[in-house]
Amino acid sequence: MTSSCYHCGLPVPAGSNHSVVIEGAARDMCCPGCEAVATAIVSGGLDGFYRYREKQSDRPEQAQPRDRWTAYDLPEVQQQFVHDWDGGSKMAALLIGGITCAACVWLIEKHLGHLAGVGKVSVNASTQRAQIVFDPEQIKPSQLFEALERIGYRPAPATAANRENVIQAEHRAALRRLGVAGLGTMQVMMFAIALYFGAGSDGVGEFERYFRWVSLLVATPVVFYAARPFFSAALRSLRARHLSMDVPVSIAIGLAYGASFYATVFGTGEVYFESISMFTFFLLLGRTVEMRARHRAGLASGGLAQLLPMTAARYQGDEVVHVPVAALVAGDRILLRPGDTIPADGEVLEGESGVDESLLSGESALQQKLVGSPVYAGSVNGDSSLTVRVTAAGQSTRLSAIERLVERAQLDKPAQVALADRVAGVFVGVVLLAAVGAFAVWWQLDPSRAFWVALSVLVVTCPCALSLATPAALASATLRLQELGLLVAGGSLLETLPRISRVVFDKTGTLTRGEPRILEIQLMRDGWAEQRVKDVAAALESQTHHPLARAFRAWRGNLTASKLKVHTGRGLEGQIEGVDYRLGRADFAAPEILAQPQGEGQWLLLADGGGPIAWIALGDQLRETARDAVHQLEKLGLSVELLSGDQSNEVQRLASQASIAHFRAGASPEDKLSHMQQLQAGEEKVLMVGDGLNDVPVLSGADASVAMMSAADLAQSRADAILLNGDLQVLPQAISLARKCRQIVRQNLAWALGYNAIALPLAVCGLVPPWAAAIGMSASSLVVVLNALRLSRANASTESADSSVPGMQAHHAN
Amino acid sequence: MDSLYFLIPIAVALVAFAVKLFFWAVNNGQYDDLETEGRRILFEDDVQNQPAADSDKEK
Repeated sequence: MTSSCYHCGLPVPAGSNHSVVIEGAARDMCCPGCEAVATAIVSGGLDGFYRYREKQSDRPEQAQPRDRWTAYDLPEVQQQFVHDWDGGSKMAALLIGGITCAACVWLIEKHLGHLAGVGKVSVNASTQRAQIVFDPEQIKPSQLFEALERIGYRPAPATAANRENVIQAEHRAALRRLGVAGLGTMQVMMFAIALYFGAGSDGVGEFERYFRWVSLLVATPVVFYAARPFFSAALRSLRARHLSMDVPVSIAIGLAYGASFYATVFGTGEVYFESISMFTFFLLLGRTVEMRARHRAGLASGGLAQLLPMTAARYQGDEVVHVPVAALVAGDRILLRPGDTIPADGEVLEGESGVDESLLSGESALQQKLVGSPVYAGSVNGDSSLTVRVTAAGQSTRLSAIERLVERAQLDKPAQVALADRVAGVFVGVVLLAAVGAFAVWWQLDPSRAFWVALSVLVVTCPCALSLATPAALASATLRLQELGLLVAGGSLLETLPRISRVVFDKTGTLTRGEPRILEIQLMRDGWAEQRVKDVAAALESQTHHPLARAFRAWRGNLTASKLKVHTGRGLEGQIEGVDYRLGRADFAAPEILAQPQGEGQWLLLADGGGPIAWIALGDQLRETARDAVHQLEKLGLSVELLSGDQSNEVQRLASQASIAHFRAGASPEDKLSHMQQLQAGEEKVLMVGDGLNDVPVLSGADASVAMMSAADLAQSRADAILLNGDLQVLPQAISLARKCRQIVRQNLAWALGYNAIALPLAVCGLVPPWAAAIGMSASSLVVVLNALRLSRANASTESADSSVPGMQAHHAN
Repeated sequence: MDSLYFLIPIAVALVAFAVKLFFWAVNNGQYDDLETEGRRILFEDDVQNQPAADSDKEK
């Protein structure tokens, strides 16, 4: 309560005795996980990390079974992420979760570099990828994984490498185009200024011709190389019988270049090379920013939380052999140890255990599995070992069924037509009509000028400001949201957010931390303090993988227990300082029958031979920001709803804590989706916030969706945005920023259309010389860009206050 | 003014060279991670062994 963890920044619970000496002072740690990681970092001589880092590290997961990574040494598995390197060494491509800043890169490179057999290590912080060259004679991949885990990162094999290559190639191509357009623009501008000042209206001089030819030379790669994406996109949209913004852009660039080329070769008319180049450069800049944000989101969700393990422990005769999951077929017998993720659907043959199915169903309590019970791929085995006969693997598992539901939901998703594209359709029509009209009229008056007037209509009304209006504002708002901690992945999110009328939250892991906490302790025996109860319980729970055990993490190690024994579904027993203790369900812990206290959460009883000692209530705790976030969302005029797959009255308790009036419990993924579609049929625009796999169909079907950073991989890849820091208050901020963004887009469009409304008649009358066209175009683009930049400076806290006004108006208008 | 016939081609050639250099840099991955490389210089490299790191801290 008093201090925060030096490693991860979370509050340190009272009575927790974890600390590490870093840079000459003892630093408090919140849990054994952070303590172990910090110790590993310091003992490696890398404590400089704490000086260099700019952000707190992620809280490490609790210790996993030691042999967890050995599966990655199997040749079949290695094939997927290890490649041959020169000189007999190999290169492993890893995806590393938990990289928060540049200091992490330094830490990883140094830490791995110290290991014998590791050659070159290169880590990329923005893609969270690492490439490690190692000598297979000296070190195994599993040791690399282990080393990374020891310093607090979550390694995974980067099997999505192909997609990553595509992203990298796209990124590099965009940069090259930007470079060509930028350098080209500077050159052509230079020549253009010479032309503006040097060229008289009396014919074409020798120097002017020379400058035109040089401009042509420089502008040609800009048009044919840098602007090519616009042409191909325009072609695509025309084939789809749809007018996107790329069409007027391509027409403007293409015609202006063609005409300028003609003018240069035959020494007549006007040239517009500088306008073309600058226009291309500005547009590419906006698109590159947008693309980078999209790629970052794509890479962040590239498999951080892998749903299925890569290997399974299969029985061959009586022997247990690790085989790749892909090799499992129905009928195989597999062994599941505590903490294992279940690799395939199956039926329990032997053993009893609690299984955590929260990812699949949203139900937070463990499901007790007996002989004959079904288990599902993707759920996590809790407290004891199971032998399972596989009934379905691969594509026929329930997990895959959910994925198919996702695909269906995406097809049904309400279509979003970007505002700019709608405007573009009208705009193209008007401008083309005007150009044709001008050509027709001037043909009557002065045939020699007709073509040039029609062209100047097209160039002056050049859709520059118009086509920049939206991307500039979106890029600027996207960057601002990223600073706030919301990574925007779907381009349409910012256009949808202002229209949202209802926010639907998932419970576990979204509104709550998804982690049990001690809610209350009721002492039943004199001489016992709450602290002592926590210490004893923590010692008893120290060896189990039961999800509830996480509640006691902070006090682990204060006492040591021996002779620990797990009674599946009932509790555990163990000996501390010579006394036998039991912790668990009331009928297990104490012989006499006790009435469970009234109150929230799940009650455990701690007892020894002499009778009951204390009741401990455990429950999932609301995120600190949840209440405020709900309040602010309602202030913005939105209705808030809680939709959970959980059966228990936990839902009601949390809903009232977060002051959410509408809630629904026990909803299956199918229920959630149909509920959502019902809301959408009632003219509601829904923003879904969730994290579990069971939320994925509904995330895909919602008008807009946000997944938590801790979310299942699939959930992240289907959501429009990822909430990086778990701070729910970012949501109302994002909505008001999106409203502001919409406002700015409208201002920009109004300005661009207004400018064109004035320029068009002048151009039709043949009154606009090229230099005026260029100045007008630059000025109007600049205004649009500067206006958009206001978004990136927007102060989030004050902003929610002043933009709540349009929000309220929108609400009343509804 | 005739010098322009000579100077401008040189300028264009220089730009072409700059573009080529930029392409080389992009294709070599120089722009793949813009966050880390700028800060790398701030991280001291002499923490290979413990004593060095300690003496460094006392400065």
